Amino acid sequence: MTTTPADSAVGARSVLAAETSEGTQELARRGATDPRELLREEGAVLRLPEGVAVDPGDIVFESPEDETMIINLGPQHPSTHGVLRLMLELDGETVLRTKPIVGYLHTGMEKTAEDLMYVQGGTNVTRMDYLSPFYNECVFSMAVEQLLEIEVPERAQWIRMLMLELNRISSHVLFLATNGLDMGATSAMIYGWRERELVLAFFERVTGLRMNHNYIRPGGVAADLPDDWRDDVLDICEVFPGRLDEFDTLFTNQQIWRQRSEGVGVISREQALALSITGPVLRSTGVAWDLRADMPYLHYDEVEFDVITGSVGDVFDRYAIRINEIRESIRIVHQILDRMPPGDYRIQDAKVTPPPRSRIDESMEALIHHFKLFTEGFKVPAGEVYVAIESPRGELGCYLVSDGGSKPYRMHIRGPSFSNLQALPLMMRGGLIADAVAIISSIDPVLGDVDR
Amino acid sequence: MAPEEEPAEAVSAETPGDDETEPERHAGALVTRSRGQEVLHATRETYLETVEALKEEGFVMCVDVTATDYLERPVRELPAEIAPERFELVVNLVSMEPARRVRLRVQVPEADPTAASLFDLYPGSEAPEREVFDLMGIRFEGHPDLTRILMPEDWEGHPLRKDYAMGRIPVQFKAAPATR
Repeated sequence: MTTTPADSAVGARSVLAAETSEGTQELARRGATDPRELLREEGAVLRLPEGVAVDPGDIVFESPEDETMIINLGPQHPSTHGVLRLMLELDGETVLRTKPIVGYLHTGMEKTAEDLMYVQGGTNVTRMDYLSPFYNECVFSMAVEQLLEIEVPERAQWIRMLMLELNRISSHVLFLATNGLDMGATSAMIYGWRERELVLAFFERVTGLRMNHNYIRPGGVAADLPDDWRDDVLDICEVFPGRLDEFDTLFTNQQIWRQRSEGVGVISREQALALSITGPVLRSTGVAWDLRADMPYLHYDEVEFDVITGSVGDVFDRYAIRINEIRESIRIVHQILDRMPPGDYRIQDAKVTPPPRSRIDESMEALIHHFKLFTEGFKVPAGEVYVAIESPRGELGCYLVSDGGSKPYRMHIRGPSFSNLQALPLMMRGGLIADAVAIISSIDPVLGDVDR
Repeated sequence: MAPEEEPAEAVSAETPGDDETEPERHAGALVTRSRGQEVLHATRETYLETVEALKEEGFVMCVDVTATDYLERPVRELPAEIAPERFELVVNLVSMEPARRVRLRVQVPEADPTAASLFDLYPGSEAPEREVFDLMGIRFEGHPDLTRILMPEDWEGHPLRKDYAMGRIPVQFKAAPATR
């Protein structure tokens, strides 16, 4: 597209409008879709290159319009986990094409981040994936720390690991709850929320909030653990194994559950890798890829745990992986209890973290640092960095660019749910609409993470 | 803009010979380190070839595609051979065996904000590329469905650009009644 200077002078607005309204996001009727696009959509939004996902011979290009129907699932549908909208082309009850339409929760958090200081950034990112807020805070803080080239004290790193693993438990337990509900097992809903409450109560004791904690901050964590934190964590570790066994009784060995989930929404290893799928969905296809084990951060290389993988890549595998990942997390939490070192919970660097409250009363220097930190923030040397950690949903990455000021020049979060949704059309193809609900649920998307 | 254009080849073949100390290259792109992370600087013309070479090398997954608008800060750390442009495309690739990451940074000029799409190599780049188009206004040639993904389809402008001010633009709603 070439524009002469004269062109752009005529009407910048109209040129802009022409350039940015690229057309509809919705799923078009078969007759209105060109064959190349149809080939792709049959395999999914799927968008695998031609021929990889579907045999071109399978595709009906001239299907009579009155035999199929395009319907909306969502955005206001309880099974869509928030505001996910799916357009489905159905032939009777069989799903032919699917297109996820996202953006209903988009609030421009990446843009907001450019206007918040690094000290404030945590409050922003923690609201993205609202079921695993500690992960967002942690990946942002780790990116800032890498730009600053500072090392966080040992105790802070172990506290972070403790909170992250407990957060994985609470997130996966909520998955069990919603997955059960979506498949019609309403009792799972109640049990799942009850279990999650145990963990959230501990979070509230430590951070003051049940969600959106802003607890993990650049330089360490906001506060030390309360004195009797070991008892609380031990309580959680003692209660959970029994409760998970109840889930096993309720679902894992139950005929109805297995029939609804086995062989449904299958995705292969090659497809998952091609579509940038990470986390439990990727592991369900048999790829043992877990950043905690393969690219260790914090002290994950010093704790023992197994990476759980599936073999079929169906809804049941994804359920089984998550319930077993809770068990592995409990195993990690036990090791953290043994290894938690004494020491500082945040770096003692007056340029990055505020001085202790008691110092402010007696030291002019400390008062100045405190004032400077909360009015101007701290400056981060220019550079760019990408940091990724394993969130309950997959690879959560933070790309951070600093221009040497106290606010990020650019912050981008790679949300695992956003990429994982690309697998939906592929998993749905040829399935029943009742299975569609099970499949959405098995990806465990958090729309705050998708739309950011 | 075909990636296998001959002039592009000639340029990339020339540059290493000019320097006395040969700059480090990986898959045909110049290498720098940013806080210990490997960053490749491909030109727009050789971008697709570089990614193709990396894929063959074992980078099985394209984890992320994003972009930065350097409108306010045109100077940044780049190899001498690479001229800074307003936009920078950032692609993160991951290899599982051995476990390693690589990041590509591609300069994209303001006058012609287009780049080749990675869709044919990594279908998983479909949604992230749509996001970059939507929020930053970089077009991807060869992308199958380059429509907005996060903003409404009739939105004007690209919000993550630095000249798109915050708070000054009224929220646009589809078919909203005119204000009285």
